[in-house]
Amino acid sequence: MTTDSIAAASKTPVLEMRDISKSFHGVPALQNVNLVIYPGEVHALMGENGAGKSTLMKILAGAYTADGGAIFIHDRPTHIANPGDARAAGITLIYQELNVAPNLTVAENIYMGRERTKGLLFLERDRMYQDADAILKNLGASFDARTQVSRLSIAEQQQVEIARALKDKSRILVMDEPTAALSDRETERLFDIIRRLREEGIAIIYISHRMEEVYALADRVSVLRDGEYGGSLEKQEISSERLVQMMVGRPLKDFYEAKSAVAGQVRATKPLLRVVNLTDGGKVAPASFQLFAGEVLGLAGLVGAGRTELARLIFGADPKSAGEVYLNGRRIEISTPAVAIDAGIAYVPEDRKDQGLFLEMSSRKNITMNVLGDQAKVGVMNFRRLKQIAADAIDRLGIRLASPTIRAVDLSGGNQQKLLLARWLAIQPKVLLLDEPTRGVDIGAKSEIYHIITQLAAQGVGILMISSELPEIIGMSDRVLVMREGNLVGEVGGATGEAITQENIMAYATGAREVQAV
Amino acid sequence: MSQTQLRSTAGGKSDRRRLSKRESLRTLFQVAGILPILLVICILFSILTPSFLTAGNLINVVRQASINIVLAAGMTFVILTGGIDLSVGSILGVTAVVAMLVSLAPAIGWFAVPAALLTGLGLGLVNGALIAYLDLPPFIVTLGSYTGLRGLAYLLAGGTTVINRDINFAWVGNSRIAGIPALVIIALATVIVSWFVLRRTVLGTHIYAVGGNARAARLTGIKVSWVLLFVYGVSGLLSGLAGIMSASRLYSATGMLGQGYELDAIAAVILGGTSFSGGIGTIWGTLLGALIIALLNNGLTLLNVSFFWQLVVKGLVIIIAVTIDRFRTRSAAR
Repeated sequence: MTTDSIAAASKTPVLEMRDISKSFHGVPALQNVNLVIYPGEVHALMGENGAGKSTLMKILAGAYTADGGAIFIHDRPTHIANPGDARAAGITLIYQELNVAPNLTVAENIYMGRERTKGLLFLERDRMYQDADAILKNLGASFDARTQVSRLSIAEQQQVEIARALKDKSRILVMDEPTAALSDRETERLFDIIRRLREEGIAIIYISHRMEEVYALADRVSVLRDGEYGGSLEKQEISSERLVQMMVGRPLKDFYEAKSAVAGQVRATKPLLRVVNLTDGGKVAPASFQLFAGEVLGLAGLVGAGRTELARLIFGADPKSAGEVYLNGRRIEISTPAVAIDAGIAYVPEDRKDQGLFLEMSSRKNITMNVLGDQAKVGVMNFRRLKQIAADAIDRLGIRLASPTIRAVDLSGGNQQKLLLARWLAIQPKVLLLDEPTRGVDIGAKSEIYHIITQLAAQGVGILMISSELPEIIGMSDRVLVMREGNLVGEVGGATGEAITQENIMAYATGAREVQAV
Repeated sequence: MSQTQLRSTAGGKSDRRRLSKRESLRTLFQVAGILPILLVICILFSILTPSFLTAGNLINVVRQASINIVLAAGMTFVILTGGIDLSVGSILGVTAVVAMLVSLAPAIGWFAVPAALLTGLGLGLVNGALIAYLDLPPFIVTLGSYTGLRGLAYLLAGGTTVINRDINFAWVGNSRIAGIPALVIIALATVIVSWFVLRRTVLGTHIYAVGGNARAARLTGIKVSWVLLFVYGVSGLLSGLAGIMSASRLYSATGMLGQGYELDAIAAVILGGTSFSGGIGTIWGTLLGALIIALLNNGLTLLNVSFFWQLVVKGLVIIIAVTIDRFRTRSAAR
């Protein structure tokens, strides 16, 4: 990169990651990735989900060890084998899931593991609180060091973590989607703090999916694509077209199939699934919408807007407090997932390892888990039948396996996701609820999954697709519902007259526009 | 801060070789399980004492293991779901006393065996219901029933030994069929039925699924509560069977019968390679585990090793086996 060399001439980088590689189970997650960070810059790190951003940062933080490559801090080769090494090298990573102990005070959190002591045993409590207060004041925090952390908001807890980094004299601060759970006001506050840290010469690596934040903050941007270094841009070069091009590697429109023609034909006039005022009395405000056979209905919104909760409510995974669900005009009382499955509703959860797969079981068992009783006699499984079902599914979805007896844990993310899809397709669902169907999946498998979704819709399955990737929502959906803070706040596409565009969706998702959906 | 650079990607080939080596080691542990250790113990004892490797002694070993095999089979069901059942020894005590008491009642003496089995099943189902429907931790629930049912066993026995020289199920503990003790046949039949349920039925696969990933199991429509109720019911039922076996062998029962048996049963399951966190394990492993414990008891006794040292050796073997389990699950997780 020529831009790198210009900048490099002016000052030396605080951090350089050179040719970093890392594989899991023989599947490469990172290949020869480079990253150069200068002191006093906000460096945005972008890339699609699964591009390798968090793997790279976990290597920097000592949570993973790289298979190859080298890390230089201030031009000195540095070996980071564990989180202690990273701390000693002046690196702090603030994860999305904040790392604070809610039962302790702010100061105790700031000094956790590094308590100030007199002799070997006695805590210097007063000095710890004084110093912590000084750091908090410098950050402009509105709480003091004696506050118990459980009483703080998420944004304030984040400030506790930043204060801890300052106490450790960190020179490199990595923040992984820090605004995901923050309100607009809190986001502004955070930006102020980040700018202040930048002035003090601290380098900030800022992971985000939101273009507007990158525009607002970043001095430079580096992009990862499919585990490879996709290039860097200087502030004045940043544009959404170039970034998307760098992240995806090809123009987006080639990616999704022309689906409207097919879907339009199959679309019935009567809704397949009708949800009326469904609510859990908490995270999901009464929600009403219709899903037609043969359509892909996108469900968009920011992380934490209540999309997953709504899907789980429909599926019976969480108890509802009020509302009705109608399938083909008939009301069904879904109290457990088993009832939903019997009615022909399938749900592919967002976290396949935690909520979907049986990692230690064979791929075949994973695929057939919902149809084990198929052609069974008094509960004794018919192995021939199950082998046949699994073989058909593997063939149909193009799952790449050496053998159906391979454990699910040993497969790549894409193949794991296909296993889950296969399991649900085996019950021939009428309604398919997909929650982040391509999260952590490589681009090749992604387009295959899109192909499967399109085909299912063409066969008349009604598909509700939750996704945090707007290009995916825009590329796949016939209509899009948008959620914000637990409410269905808008609909675009279909008969609404509003086009399915990033601007229209974001206008609803961020609250810039507000209309009740039908 | 060291000067070491990370290995370059050129080392990928040797990495792969090491991976496949680790892979084959893992497979060895999972398929062969604890069998090599069992063979080593057999060879060791047959060298050290000539009376060990005789048909009579080996059948004796299996007979001594039979009650533990039955308890451990039930325990396997429970541990496969990620649970634990500490109450099996106490249920054994209660059911043995119940069997003896019923056998002494003139009109319903014939009902002794069904009464013991139903009592065991019922107590297991109570454990299961508390765990499945009230969502209480298995350790706590069965710790409670471990203590409470022990008390119940003493109460039922009236603090003395209930004796009946004339029980109608004496054949269970004392007869032989084709030269093989009925106890051994019952134990092996239990293992075979358990294998069939675990490997061949829908329910068996659901047990592995619940232990492997309970959240996913629920989202897959598996009735998790029902599965839990079933496994604790099985454990209770088999404890009842073990109670009949004990009472029949002794023609008597006391409130303290079966004390400490739960630990041998758990040890057998863990020795057999079943993961304590659930989802991984086989009934054959449990059989081998129970046999190892019985072999150790038998061989060390033949060698005139004191009872105290036998305990020490048994403890060490269990810890070594768990170390192997940890090694295996860690290699599986990477």
